Amino acid sequence: MTRASVLLKLLAALMVSASALVVAQQPQEPPQQPPKQPTTVELPPLVGDAPGTQTRIAVPELLALSSDRETTEAARVVAQVLWDDLNFEREFYMIPRDTYKTIPAAPTLDMVPYERWRELGADGVVIGTVQKVATGVRVELRLYDVRARASVFGREYTGSAANPRLYAHYMSDDLHESQRRLRGVAKTKLTFSSDRNREAVVGTVEKRDVKEVYVTDYDGANPRRITINRALNVFPNWSPDGRSIVYTSYRTGVPDILISNIYAGTMEIPTKGSGQNWLPVFSPDGTKIAFTSSRDGNPELYVMNRDGSDTRRLTNNPEIDTTPTWSPNGNQIAFTSGRTGTPQIYVVGADGAGLRRISQESYADRPTWSPAPYNEIAFSARSGPGFDIKVLNIGTGETRQITFGEGTNESPAWSPNGRHLAFMSTRAGKSQIFTVDRDGRNIRQITRDGNNQTPNWSQ
Amino acid sequence: MRRDAKALLVLILLLTIGVAACKGKAKPPVARPMPPPLVTNTGGDPTRPPDPPRPVAEPVIVPPMPAEDTIGSKSIDDLNRDSPLRPLFFELDSSDVSTDGQQVLQANAAVLKKYPGMQITIEGHCDERGTAEYNLALGERRALSAKNYLVSLGVPADKVKTVSYGKEFPFDAGHDDGAWKKNRRAHFVITAK
Repeated sequence: MTRASVLLKLLAALMVSASALVVAQQPQEPPQQPPKQPTTVELPPLVGDAPGTQTRIAVPELLALSSDRETTEAARVVAQVLWDDLNFEREFYMIPRDTYKTIPAAPTLDMVPYERWRELGADGVVIGTVQKVATGVRVELRLYDVRARASVFGREYTGSAANPRLYAHYMSDDLHESQRRLRGVAKTKLTFSSDRNREAVVGTVEKRDVKEVYVTDYDGANPRRITINRALNVFPNWSPDGRSIVYTSYRTGVPDILISNIYAGTMEIPTKGSGQNWLPVFSPDGTKIAFTSSRDGNPELYVMNRDGSDTRRLTNNPEIDTTPTWSPNGNQIAFTSGRTGTPQIYVVGADGAGLRRISQESYADRPTWSPAPYNEIAFSARSGPGFDIKVLNIGTGETRQITFGEGTNESPAWSPNGRHLAFMSTRAGKSQIFTVDRDGRNIRQITRDGNNQTPNWSQ
Repeated sequence: MRRDAKALLVLILLLTIGVAACKGKAKPPVARPMPPPLVTNTGGDPTRPPDPPRPVAEPVIVPPMPAEDTIGSKSIDDLNRDSPLRPLFFELDSSDVSTDGQQVLQANAAVLKKYPGMQITIEGHCDERGTAEYNLALGERRALSAKNYLVSLGVPADKVKTVSYGKEFPFDAGHDDGAWKKNRRAHFVITAK
């Protein structure tokens, strides 16, 4: 095959992926906000029955105001996904949905059977309707205070019926924000590397599976493939605006840094082919990329502008320096170095000054700095044959363990609100992506198809 | 005078042997498409003096030819399937070349020097006991160690590329010492010959 035809194929593949993404993007764009809010939030936020108890919330089936399949399906999906989204943050106690199947749906939003909800022990109940409109569907949702017998919060969304899950994600984030001043993660996404397509890498006699970059919703729904280059594509990392993913690609045979602009369907190669470069991470403001490179003969850390200009070397040591992560304000970089004989976590100023070691493990790697207000670094620590996820509080110097020896557990990545981590684990057999809360509870398996690794959580 | 004549005779004899040897060397490709001459060769022993030189020419010239032919005739994929370049193995978390490793690299350097057209990529691989992230740097150092040693033995640096795959492509999918040992390696891939 000639070079030109390879290029053409690549271009065609890129265009296919671009058009697929543009189509895919449509339902993902924010639904229109309603012109007027159904309720003004003057009421106090919903609280539990007694001080210190978790507020108990029910989410019954939404009422479909038209009987077509699309609308009834949306009504079913929105209620289930909203319950899951609210449950994920563990801010409220979500009453299991099968315990209130017999409570009749309110024929209108004003006819809520409060007594029945009170009997169930609910503090709040989310009642909603879905209606077919010219542009798709209109979803109206209200949170009622069962004791006050009043709506404390409401939202109305209009848009495409293609992905009704998105309305639930918006409602969940809006409800958390309004009732708890909490930034939910229901609208966020995960990116990771996967061999699920089971294609072989071209040009080797060994059978080697291609790994491509994928994106899913935070809960694993809506998986989409981002790269199509039949090579190894690993360590994807989101830009802060969620519109680009920077990753390590072996497209040319050696590791280099690529940026895929996933909605525009375009690609950037910031390093312009200088040396071998890997493990890129966007700075918190998205203007810079820190990465590892062997361009000077040994793996060292570098920082460059997003467009590849102004490359600066950050470390200078005969041993390995790799795996950078930015502090939330972008002033410091934590990384892994083998300079004392074993891989340990270090912190250095983004200007290269003030180096200090912060981990005391037998082997520590993949530091990942939490968002504010937590000042913590999660990392992979060797524990027996495999690894476990640990979290180091930089302020106190204390380390706590998140996973406990079920398979190997590696590559932690914080959620944007710092309440969750995504990581790779072999606890279910193959390498899969899991999420876990910052206290080690609520472990969920996100991927099931093929081997999946090196997750990163969008802002 | 007599001595000189003797020397001349020897020279002439050697020359004829040489010519015969050259003929013998050039024969096979010509002989193959024409079966008749082959039959006369086997059937008719009464050929002239050129016969004796043949055994002399054979043992000296023939051995290098088949060797050259296997490298020359095999496709690059076939060469990599049964490579003349041996892999180099490493200790856990190490990119140091061991004494055994030095012997492997000396043998590989000899092959590379013998075939100056050969281009290779040294792949650095790691076992699964390191992290995916750190292993990429470790694999790169393993590949670079192997390359630097080859260059110190006189292999031109521009013939040797390196790439690290960390623990992405294990040679043995097992989870025991035996598998890990095989996976901590510098693997030599021929990219041109």
